[in-house]
Amino acid sequence: MSRIQACFEQLAQNNKKALISYITAGDPHPSNTLEIMHALTDAGTDIIELGIPFSDPMADGPVIQLACERALKHGTSLKDVIGIVKQFRQTNTTTPVVLMGYQNPIEIFGVEKFAETVSGLVDGVITVDLPPEESQQAASVYKQYDIDTIYLLAPTTSDQRIQMITDLASGFLYYVSFKGITGASQIDVNSVEAKIDQIRKHTDMPIAVGFGIKDANTAKLVAGCCNAVVVGSAIVSIIAEHGKDMPATTSEVKSLLREIKDALDNDETIQNIA
Amino acid sequence: MSANVKENVMNAAIMPDERGHFGVYGGRFVAETLMTPLQELEAEYAASKVDPSFQKEFDDDLAHYVGRPSPLYFAQRLTKLWGGAKVYLKREDLNHTGAHKINNTIGQALLAKRMGKTRIIAETGAGQHGVASATIAARLGLECVVYMGADDIQRQAPNVYRMRLLGAKVVPVTSGSRTLKDALNEALRDWVTNVDNTFYIIGTVAGPHPYPLLVRDFQTVIGREAREQSLDQTGKLPDALVACVGGGSNAIGLFHPFLPDAEVKKYGVEAGGDGVETGRHSAPLNAGSPGVLHGNRTYLMEDNNGQIIETHSISAGLDYPGVGPEHSWLKDEGSVEYVTVTDDEALAAFHQLTRIEGIIPALESSHAVAYTQKLAKTMDKEQTIIVNLSGRGDKDINTVARIEGIEL
Ligand SMILES: Cc1ncc(COP(=O)(O)O)c(C=O)c1O
Repeated sequence: MSRIQACFEQLAQNNKKALISYITAGDPHPSNTLEIMHALTDAGTDIIELGIPFSDPMADGPVIQLACERALKHGTSLKDVIGIVKQFRQTNTTTPVVLMGYQNPIEIFGVEKFAETVSGLVDGVITVDLPPEESQQAASVYKQYDIDTIYLLAPTTSDQRIQMITDLASGFLYYVSFKGITGASQIDVNSVEAKIDQIRKHTDMPIAVGFGIKDANTAKLVAGCCNAVVVGSAIVSIIAEHGKDMPATTSEVKSLLREIKDALDNDETIQNIA
Repeated sequence: MSANVKENVMNAAIMPDERGHFGVYGGRFVAETLMTPLQELEAEYAASKVDPSFQKEFDDDLAHYVGRPSPLYFAQRLTKLWGGAKVYLKREDLNHTGAHKINNTIGQALLAKRMGKTRIIAETGAGQHGVASATIAARLGLECVVYMGADDIQRQAPNVYRMRLLGAKVVPVTSGSRTLKDALNEALRDWVTNVDNTFYIIGTVAGPHPYPLLVRDFQTVIGREAREQSLDQTGKLPDALVACVGGGSNAIGLFHPFLPDAEVKKYGVEAGGDGVETGRHSAPLNAGSPGVLHGNRTYLMEDNNGQIIETHSISAGLDYPGVGPEHSWLKDEGSVEYVTVTDDEALAAFHQLTRIEGIIPALESSHAVAYTQKLAKTMDKEQTIIVNLSGRGDKDINTVARIEGIEL
């Protein structure tokens, strides 16, 4: 069984939701990423989404754009990102790691070579600019190497497209909560719920919701209709604020995530913010 | 004509395929949120193509608002000076707003209107596409926001003011390399956020399908006119076509109607900057490799890790690390030859055309003029070359003056 599947099955047995935490690899410096990854899991992260830095992250807001710039200033390459995951796996063999990024760095590395290199280390790949129409080749390679191809769904995705995507996807589905870029904050829980209901008619696969989830209350509200929530820009903002001051970075990241995780795990903590 | 060439010519007529691919290039590499809006645009464009009223409105605007057809002008003194083939200039600089860009913005703005969009956005490098977008927005009463690299705002100040006069909001882009590619990223981010009421007018034959197709179609008026004018004025087709290539819209506009004519040689001129050997240039077709950026697969300027690298050109409109996917395909197929011209050569051509013919060319177009000089000398006096004079140089006088050490 894949790490992703095991993770969702175990959570489901306990009637719990997954916390997926995003950071950009190499931010603020490649030598800091491993420590931050361990901090994420210490604070209750169920799945790590590790961003591959790219010079032109067209679906990302300023927070993650700047994270990419910081990582690239130190030359963080896809090879470095894979090296970091390899180190992580020396002590953590259970937490699923999903790489998220754009197609060009993977394509230049070579899709086949990439899949072969990360097989067993990385559990899934989200390629933001690779919709199903363009992903057939990469997805079949990933499948060969037991790597899940995780697709995005959006508020604009039609029933027909939902069907096409759920037919191809594995691991879990990633619902982008609003029309916009990462780090924006126009999430509307009612419309998310309605769309998740629509997607549910097509699939039993776990559904994660991302974009715009910055605190425990929003996470809790959104988690009511899905299987996992993704927190990204809120974590990256903390890293941006403290830079290479690792004790400050990790302690603040941990307290944010613990608060979110507690809210997800605990029925009592919900506050109505509506 | 060899069987191979014939087959390529037939391919050219049906490119792109229904998914927007030109061979291995092109396609639609965008986040899921934009897939449905792009499909809607594709459907709307297909419908407008067979709608005589849309075509009539487009043609009327080109005739009465832009001032088409643009002249095909025989540059007699330049021809004599260069001592080779006869040089003809396709005068896109005489269009309303001073460049070929307006052909495309009118087409896309009419589509925006048809789709009921009330807000248009655009990216711009030299500012010509921004001005053309602001112009048509003013005329149609649409809100207009133009994204422009902070560095380009500095070097194209007159066009920035022009856009503001026309009522557009010009947003400086400070991310990445602060030039055209970053403006494109920012426009895509705006579009994904405001997709319900917003139409994104892309300024060149790049971006995700159907943009490379529809921008090409709107620009082929250049080549169709040139073909007819050449037959009228010289009794034959030209022997060669020359156009500068930034994203490649003025070049594809001139070349495309001549693709079936393999005997007409086609030269696309990329910005050689300080010289391709220095690495400081904007010539992906000459010195780049295929990759994925801004929604399509094409030749790019990138490093070994797939990061897009900074480009350089004296002309903001050519300062782009990618190129339209159809050009990538035409390069691989061999139907167009892609060459480079340095900043210095372009600048010399800028002065020469100004002094010999009394026409101040855009620095972008000066690249095409510079290559034509080299080419003309290798050809017979009976042969003809058509150069696409894609724009006028008024916007560039500050840049040129600065290089000469003159403060305006
Ligand atoms: C006058 C002129 N020519 C050429 C270009 C380059 O664009 P393209 O290669 O799409 O024609 C520009 C772009 O701004 C321009 O302003």
